[in-house]
Amino acid sequence: MSGPHDPVTAERSSERGSAGREAQMFQGSMRRRRGRGGEPTVVPDAEFRSYYGRPVLKAPVWEWKIAAYLFTGGLAAGSSVVAAGADLTGRETLRRAGWLGALGGLLASLYLLVSDLGRPERFHHMLRVAKPTSPMSVGTWILSAFGAPAGLAAVAELVPRRLRRTWPARLLRRLARPAGLAAAATAPGVASYTAVLLSHTAVPGWNEARDELPFVFTGSAAASGGGLGMLCAPVEEAGPARVFAAAGATAELAAAAVMHRRLGVVAEAHDTGRAGRLRRASEVATAAGLAGTVLLAGRSRAAGAASGLALLAGSALQRFAVFEAGMASTKDPRYVVVPQRERGATSRGS
Amino acid sequence: MSAGRNRLAGPLDDVAGEAGHPADHPPRVGFFTDTSICIGCKACEVACKEWNDVPEDGLDLLGMSFDNTGMLGANSWRHVAFVEQPRPLGHQDPGLVGLPTGPTGDGAMTKAVQPRLRAAERGGSELGTSPLHEPEHAGRVQDLGMPAFTRPGEAAGPDGRTDVRWLMASDVCKHCTHAGCLDVCPTGALFRTEFGTVVVQQDICNGCGYCVSACPYGVIDRRPGDGRAQKCTLCYDRLRGGLEPACAKACPTDSIQYGELDELRERADRRLAQLHELGVTEARLYGRDPDDGVGGDGAFFLLLDEPEVYGLPPDPVVPTRDAVAMWRRAGAAAAAFALAGVAAFASAAFGGRR
Repeated sequence: MSGPHDPVTAERSSERGSAGREAQMFQGSMRRRRGRGGEPTVVPDAEFRSYYGRPVLKAPVWEWKIAAYLFTGGLAAGSSVVAAGADLTGRETLRRAGWLGALGGLLASLYLLVSDLGRPERFHHMLRVAKPTSPMSVGTWILSAFGAPAGLAAVAELVPRRLRRTWPARLLRRLARPAGLAAAATAPGVASYTAVLLSHTAVPGWNEARDELPFVFTGSAAASGGGLGMLCAPVEEAGPARVFAAAGATAELAAAAVMHRRLGVVAEAHDTGRAGRLRRASEVATAAGLAGTVLLAGRSRAAGAASGLALLAGSALQRFAVFEAGMASTKDPRYVVVPQRERGATSRGS
Repeated sequence: MSAGRNRLAGPLDDVAGEAGHPADHPPRVGFFTDTSICIGCKACEVACKEWNDVPEDGLDLLGMSFDNTGMLGANSWRHVAFVEQPRPLGHQDPGLVGLPTGPTGDGAMTKAVQPRLRAAERGGSELGTSPLHEPEHAGRVQDLGMPAFTRPGEAAGPDGRTDVRWLMASDVCKHCTHAGCLDVCPTGALFRTEFGTVVVQQDICNGCGYCVSACPYGVIDRRPGDGRAQKCTLCYDRLRGGLEPACAKACPTDSIQYGELDELRERADRRLAQLHELGVTEARLYGRDPDDGVGGDGAFFLLLDEPEVYGLPPDPVVPTRDAVAMWRRAGAAAAAFALAGVAAFASAAFGGRR
């Protein structure tokens, strides 16, 4: 299978001649310098070395749409849990807000995901295979399993009053609860798989965050879902939404702090530039929303709505911050080379 | 799942068989690129473009070396890197005694190029073939220390003169044993051929871009205007016709060697021993070790400096290696999320309305 010229024979033939040693180097006319023996001096390593500062990795081709999807997908998941709970406990406004939020999040997600493809008309190729090694394939199926019942439960909320007596509407009404419960059961998957989606890449800013990112993202999803409930439902109905949102915001802030501490060199990509600004803004919004939720939202509708909005904003900013940090970490070869060197990789093979 | 963990990372004897090809599939093939005999002629780049009909990707000068390709990408499936260093190659006499020698360009190039790279939308990883602009330098001529009409090192005077060596290396898709791109492809467009190589099926790919982020070498990319992922196919069509890939065929010094992987590894080991014996102690193999983070490369290299000097990652790891751990964490996070949801409503039901 090897071509017409065989370097193995070339090596052998050059070994025979008296000029063999020199010829072996380049099989050319290079002379070996005498009297300058010893080991070749190695240029002392700077902090790290690179090829003209050019990136080692490709920056993700994903646009802002994927960052936005991380938020809308999380919102859909969080809202559906709130909606299903509200349905079971007879909180009508909260339920309605939850399902409409889930539907809005879901439709936005589908648009964002499909339009970010290089060939959007081929979106259905995602459904050709089910592939456990691909978080995107797993996510496609999770999202499908979530989307169908969530959409059904949400559409049941949209039936106009004058059509409610018709048999399709009554069938829909009857299916709404089981469908909603099915959606809520798959929602944790929707909320968490996106963390694996990002971490399961060579992007240092995402891959190195793999241990904590799921908690950041599910926390963010819960905060946004609960936040939407606080924004749309009256104080007396929104109690569980407040608990859910507060738990989510706490988890998001705590997990992000832990993640940040464990990131090493790559933390800088999360700290500086646009990613850093987004991250700080997210922290402020989420912390303010959390404080408002715990202290004020139980007493005043306005405070509840404001806190909910702050949590939604904090959640969205968090997703964009993580997304941007990953992008930044691919553009600078330092984030690739330094951590890989630090894990003590000795030059292989030699 | 009989092999357990081994399917996600670590050495793998029969990649094509593991991928489902029948036992009588051809042996695994690959490239051994011996950069110590690369002369930087770029015939591989040209042959690849011609055979595979890879579009032109800009005819601009990058302003950093004689490399005006930049890096591998959707429109460059071979990329010849040029590295100039102020040091001799092994004990070799470059034949420059008494001549004004020194690098044609040095820190000046990097300094001029770097801020522009940072300002570029994808950090220059979109392929180095588009000129780099930085707003504050627009329209102003900046000295890159680029090759001029004077002899290299002449301007600096005798004190600044150094030894010089040129490292040239033809980079290519590594056709990893555990290929990040292949693992994450959600459509099945990327597949493992009977030769053990990794190829994108263009009629399936929908341009999701996941492979771009999953490749630890930054090889595969989405072609602008086309929207599909593109990379070296190791000339799958030529292989099926019993021919060697176009780049290997065109290489005038046999720096690019094509063949059965086992044989190439033996050949590489011999060449390494030979170079070490000659005093080129900095020679090393890259991607040959089946125990590395990607289970060894189908296309591996003999390098004369650290991999990162050539723009290669020093210790690449396929993301799939940690897939199980990542899903476990995600499962824990999902459980916590569900628990929080149940607890929120349960506390309201049992603890009274808050």
